[in-house]
Amino acid sequence: MTGLIDERIGLRHGAGGRAMRALIERVFLDGAVDGAVDGAVDGAGDGRVGLAAMDDGAAIPIGDRWLVITTDSHVVQPIFFPGGDIGRLAVAGTVNDLAMMGATDVLALTCAVVLEEGFPRADLERIQASMRDACREAGATVVAGDTKVMGRGELDGIVLNTSGVALTDRVIPDCGLRPQDLIVVTGSIGDHGLAIMAARHGLALEGDLRSDVAPLNDLVRRALAAADGAVVAMKDPTRGGLASTLHEMAAKSGVGIVLDETQVPLTPEVRAAGELLGIDPLHVANEGKAVLGVRPAAAAAVLAALRAHPLGQRAAIVGRAVAERPGSVILDTGFGRRLLSEPDGEPMPRIC
Amino acid sequence: MNSAARPLEFRDPARGRALAQTLGRLTREIGRDPVSVMHVCGSHEQAIARFGLRASFPRALDVIMGPGCPVCVTDLPEVDEAVALALQGVRVATYGDIVRVRGTACSLADAQAEGARIEVVYSVTQAVELARRTDDEIVFFATGFETTAVATAAAVLDDPPPNLSVLSAHKFIPPVMEIVAEMPATRVEGFLAAGHAATITGWEVFEPFVARHGIPVVVAGFEPLDVLAGLVRLLELIRDRTPRVVNMYPRCVTRQGNRAAQEQLWRVFRAAGGCWRGIAHVPNGNLRLRDEWAHLDARRRFRIDVARLWSQVPPALAQQCICGDIMAGIASPSACALFGSRCTPEAPVGACMVSSEGTCRIWHEYGGHPDLGATG
Repeated sequence: MTGLIDERIGLRHGAGGRAMRALIERVFLDGAVDGAVDGAVDGAGDGRVGLAAMDDGAAIPIGDRWLVITTDSHVVQPIFFPGGDIGRLAVAGTVNDLAMMGATDVLALTCAVVLEEGFPRADLERIQASMRDACREAGATVVAGDTKVMGRGELDGIVLNTSGVALTDRVIPDCGLRPQDLIVVTGSIGDHGLAIMAARHGLALEGDLRSDVAPLNDLVRRALAAADGAVVAMKDPTRGGLASTLHEMAAKSGVGIVLDETQVPLTPEVRAAGELLGIDPLHVANEGKAVLGVRPAAAAAVLAALRAHPLGQRAAIVGRAVAERPGSVILDTGFGRRLLSEPDGEPMPRIC
Repeated sequence: MNSAARPLEFRDPARGRALAQTLGRLTREIGRDPVSVMHVCGSHEQAIARFGLRASFPRALDVIMGPGCPVCVTDLPEVDEAVALALQGVRVATYGDIVRVRGTACSLADAQAEGARIEVVYSVTQAVELARRTDDEIVFFATGFETTAVATAAAVLDDPPPNLSVLSAHKFIPPVMEIVAEMPATRVEGFLAAGHAATITGWEVFEPFVARHGIPVVVAGFEPLDVLAGLVRLLELIRDRTPRVVNMYPRCVTRQGNRAAQEQLWRVFRAAGGCWRGIAHVPNGNLRLRDEWAHLDARRRFRIDVARLWSQVPPALAQQCICGDIMAGIASPSACALFGSRCTPEAPVGACMVSSEGTCRIWHEYGGHPDLGATG
C-alpha cells in the first residue's frame, strides 16, 4: 500500500488528480500503440488525439474534418443539489468535454442509466426533464440509450453515463501554451464543488451557494469565433478544480503558469464557504467554466466575446504562461508567491 | 453569511509588505543568522503557506513549524486503534484530514477501500446526529487540540445517544512547548502561540512557561497580517531581551480565556502522558476520558484488536525518521535518509510528510523554499 498505485482502488483514484492519472497510465494505457489513435498524444503534429493524451476527448480524422468523441460517467451525492441535478450534470459534462476540444456543434449524445432497485420513478422523471432542458440549451439530442437496474445496495441510487460526438475543423488540445500566452477563465471558480460539499454535509450556509453546471458550447463558440485561431489550449476545470487543470496544461505544454490569485473571480458565498470548510476553491470542481490559453494579441477580443455572453460575464485574465519551471503553477497571492500544489484525492476539510 | 459580502480584513498586501520589511530590519538588529522562532499551530503554517508569506520573510529569519498540526502528531498506534475498530465493522466518524493518515499498517482510507465504513464529519455534533439516526455503533475518532477537545467535551456532557462512543486522540499544547524548549540542541528563541487554542486557555497559560525558560511567547491570529504582526512583536521581544507573553489577538483572546469551556474540558478529560508522532513522549500531552465517562470510552466499550494490524507491518522505517529533530528546528528534511525516497506525500512515514502543512511535505512539493520572486 505505497505510492500512487495500490492493490485496491481508493476514492482518490477517481478524484482527478495524480493518483487517477497514475492508475490510468498503469491499467488502461498498457498496450496503447504509439502512432495508432489510442496512443496518439496532443501536439504530436498530426492532430490526432487518443486515449494516451488524457485530454477531454479523442479526435479522429474524417476527411478534412475531425470527429471528436468523449464519454463520461456521472455519480453525485446528493443527486439534486442547489443549481442543478445529476441529469443536467450528465448533459453539460459531455457537451463541455466536446467543446473543450473545439467541437461546439454537438451531433448527438447517448445516455446509459444504471438504477438501484427501489429508485423513485418521480426522481427519474425529474432527472429526465432536466436532461431535456440542458439538451435544449446546448442544441443537442440524445439519440440512443440504455437502462439497467441493479439490486438494492449494489449501487447508490443512480449512475448516468453520457457519450457525445461532434465534428470540428480545428481541434484545440490542452497542450498548446507558449510563454507569454494568457490564461482566461470564463467566470467564478469553485461554485459547483462547494455547493455540493455544503449540501452533502448538511451545512446550512446562508446566501446563494449554487452549482454553476451549464453547457458551455455556445459560449465557447463565440470565444473561438472572436479569437481567429488564437485560443491555443482549452480545458474545463472539473474534478481537481482550477489547480489540477492548470497543472495539466502546464505539464503538457512544457511551460510554467503564474496565477494571479487576486484576479480569480470568486463569489462571496464560495469565498466564505471555502474559508469555513478549510477548502481551497482552486481545488474543487466547476461544471460550467472553461480555462482558455490565448495568444496575448487576441486576449482582449476573447474576453469581450466571453463577457457579452450570459455565461461569461465574469470572465477574467487570471495568469500567464512563463518559460521557467515547466509543469509548475506559481500562485501570486499579493503577499508573496508559492507553488500551487496539485490536489491528490478528494478535498478534505481541515480540522485546525 | 453576511460577513461574506464584506471585504475580508487583515488581508491588505501593501500592509503585509510593510510588516515584512519591518521583519527584515528587526532581524538585522538582532544580528544573528538565523534567528529561529517556532509556531505550534497548523493554522499558522496554513496561513504562511497559503498566502506565500515565506517568500516575504527575511532570509535570516527561520520560522519553524513546530508540533502544532494535530493530524501530524496523532501517533501511529492511535490511528491503528481507529483503523482496527473500522476493520472490526464499527462505523468510525472522524475529521476529514485524518482519514488519509497512515497508522502502522494503513490509513482509514485504506480500511474504507477494504469495506470499512468511515464517515467524514465536520464537527462532533454531526457524529452525534449520525448516531441518533442509526442503531449502528458509531465511534467518534476525536483528534485535535484544545479547540476541538472542548467541542468533544460539550457533546459528552450533553447526553449523547448510547450507540456513540469516543476514541480520544486529543492533545494538549502547552506541555509540548516545554519539550521543545528543553531539547538540548534547540535553537528556538521565541514561540508564536495559536490564537484559537488561547481563546479557551487564556494567554496566562503561557506565563509559567516564559518564567521557566526565558523565551517570549506571542499569541497570534490567523489572517496574514495577524501572523506578520505577531512575528514583528516576537522579534521585538527577542531583540530587547524581554521575555514575556504578549497577546496580539485581543479581538478573541483574554487573559483568563473561556472559563466555562475549561471547566467542561477538565470535567470530561484528564491529562495523560503519551507519544506524539515523531516527537517524544509528552507528559500530560494527551487528553483521555475520565473514569466517570468510561461508558462512552471506545477503548473500554470495544476490544480493539490492533495486534492484528501489526502482523502486517512493513519494516520499521519510522525508527529512521527524524521528524522530531526537524520540528525542533535542529535538522532540515534533506538530512533525512527517508526523505523523498521512502517517505513521500503518497506514502508518508513521518509526521512532517503527513499533512499538507508539514515541513517535509512543503519541502517535497516545493523543493525547499524556492525563490519565485523573479519568475516570469
